[in-house]
Amino acid sequence: MKHSAMKVALFIPCYVDQFYPQVGIATLELLEKQGVEVHFPTDQTCCGQPMANSGCEDQGQETAKLFVENFKDYDYIVGPTGSCVLHVREHFNKIPQTEAVKKVRAKTYELCEFLTDVLKVHSFDVSFPYKVGLHLSCHGQRGMRMAQSSELVGQDFSKMRSLLAMVKDIQLIDLDRKDECCGFGGTFAVAEEAVSVKMGKDRIADHKKNGAQVLTGGDMSCLMHMEGIIKRKKEDVKVMHIAEILNGKTV
Amino acid sequence: MNHPTAAAIFNKDELRTEWHDKALWYVRNKRDLSAKSVPEWEELRNLAEAIKANVLSNLDNYLIEFEENAQRNGIKVHWAKDAAEHNKIVHGILEKKSVKKLVKSKSMLTEECHLNGYLEEQGIEVVDTDLGERIVQLAKEPPSHIVMPAIHKKKEDIGTLFHEKLGTEQGASDPQYLTEAARQHLRVNFLSADASLSGVNFAIAETGGIVVCTNEGNADLGINLAPVHIASMGIEKIIPKAEHLGVFLRLLARSATGQPITSFSSHFHGPKPGSEMHIVIVDNGRTEQLGREDFRKSLNCIRCGACMNTCPVYRRSGGHSYGYTVPGPIGSILSPGKDLKKYSTLPFASTLCGSCSDVCPVKIDIHTQLYKWRQIIAKEHQLPWSKRQAMKIAGYMFAHPKLYRFAGKAGRAMLRMMPRTLVYGPWNAWGKQRDLPEPPKESFRDWYIKNRKK
Repeated sequence: MKHSAMKVALFIPCYVDQFYPQVGIATLELLEKQGVEVHFPTDQTCCGQPMANSGCEDQGQETAKLFVENFKDYDYIVGPTGSCVLHVREHFNKIPQTEAVKKVRAKTYELCEFLTDVLKVHSFDVSFPYKVGLHLSCHGQRGMRMAQSSELVGQDFSKMRSLLAMVKDIQLIDLDRKDECCGFGGTFAVAEEAVSVKMGKDRIADHKKNGAQVLTGGDMSCLMHMEGIIKRKKEDVKVMHIAEILNGKTV
Repeated sequence: MNHPTAAAIFNKDELRTEWHDKALWYVRNKRDLSAKSVPEWEELRNLAEAIKANVLSNLDNYLIEFEENAQRNGIKVHWAKDAAEHNKIVHGILEKKSVKKLVKSKSMLTEECHLNGYLEEQGIEVVDTDLGERIVQLAKEPPSHIVMPAIHKKKEDIGTLFHEKLGTEQGASDPQYLTEAARQHLRVNFLSADASLSGVNFAIAETGGIVVCTNEGNADLGINLAPVHIASMGIEKIIPKAEHLGVFLRLLARSATGQPITSFSSHFHGPKPGSEMHIVIVDNGRTEQLGREDFRKSLNCIRCGACMNTCPVYRRSGGHSYGYTVPGPIGSILSPGKDLKKYSTLPFASTLCGSCSDVCPVKIDIHTQLYKWRQIIAKEHQLPWSKRQAMKIAGYMFAHPKLYRFAGKAGRAMLRMMPRTLVYGPWNAWGKQRDLPEPPKESFRDWYIKNRKK
């Protein structure tokens, strides 16, 4: 399908909508630059993951149905999040599996996955002259296989890293632990506050030790958690969503 | 104590938490290097998964086949429906032989059955002979890891403990010195024991024999010196054929410690001349787990401990924080089946990062099972009331776009207006050690309508 012929819907996770509008804007602009016509269904809310991961899948069913209603008429649904997209694909299995539900589950993409696998992007006309540490959020990583997980034996690859490598002047750093969880984990962040924060601190330390000036990733939730610790500790690392870098934002 | 509380206490000593995390990460790293030296690693995992699926689907037949062959080998086979029955059977065997001292090699099943305490009450001295197990036994603690039972202890802690219990020099912490002291101490016990007890790593249906994997040779010493050998095994330890051992032995040690194989993989196919060999086959809730479709795969477990070493939560909360014999991710999917209420926080002691499932040599979908236990825990009303109410409200709000937008706008406005001390009160768990994001005036939707909707 030609890019201009695609009917693409933008899915902005609730907390990005409320707290990180700049990430939504960057995602929208980035897709538009690829020649895609993007629509934002304005009655969207959330995917239902907060309830489901807390054990209350039932409380998320109406939210899931609303999601399908909002997005069922598009060829692709694209969001700047691996976590929420994984929820749509994997856990929209408790509502009746109508054609619309099946279609939405199959056609919902994480932004970098969409850029790589559907749009097959080969270059970005942007420069980002900084040392960048990439945080691989677990749901995109192990849930959607957007990169080879360090536990498995096989060919190394990383969709996000490959995209970032197309940015001019960028210096991607290597981490000691390339895909350890940051400790956000939804309600885990508050229910298991002590461990959650310790995990976040350790991730940040790994990025700092290896010289990151900017910490980026595909899920703003993980980044929000680490940014919260960075701000509190007044650490000298900037946090940006990968869409912002790919869209040409500067520090 | 629930997991978050115990984990918070563990985290009070941040340097020690870091030390614990690094010690286990070191093992995880060794495991990675070792696994990556086997190009067909993923194929081995697939094979192991398939063999286990076959075993679990035909468990009744394999168990009977195993029993018949074991009996033919001269082994006495006992069946225990639960922990109490297991302990009684073991005691019965020991009593008949007037056993005063029992040496044990590592067996998580006997930990699960709390055998030591039971036998000690009956006046039998029990000596754990695996170094780590002996350390926690002397410290009167449960193991904190299924492969490295004393991984929570630093060498200095062990020096203090051995000084007190084994008379080593005060302040000594040299591992070689301490290990030598333990060797001498254990040697005396091996020579004076009347019976030995071991666990079982694999029970082979077609041969009626068992395989015990150890690194210290303690199982062999105990079994070969004492006139009575009791082996305790869970019903899921069966493998159909001896040839399947090749798959599991290659996976087990690499996953556990990064070794290509355990120092000793000892095969026992009958009593040595003039002695007795008993096998106690234990259910203790396993049949029930087998009957739970979503969770039966947890019985694939070969107790390698890789999910503990890889778990970022386990590494930063310690095995004791789980309060169950088998800690970590695998323990968190086994324990709710035993007591949903008691272990209701364990399936939540995870970010669902999925590392456990990817590291598991027998491909148990651990993080998916954690998610599924969470659903059951909520349905059975074992969630805190406040969380349940919050989720109900969230569910309603997210199903009503106008309400969601209103709540979002009002919430952001409130956050902007409220003084910092009010936002970051003791009720704000997020804000204890983290800042909240800056609440913007405009949501993305607001911006979109202004800039794109003409």
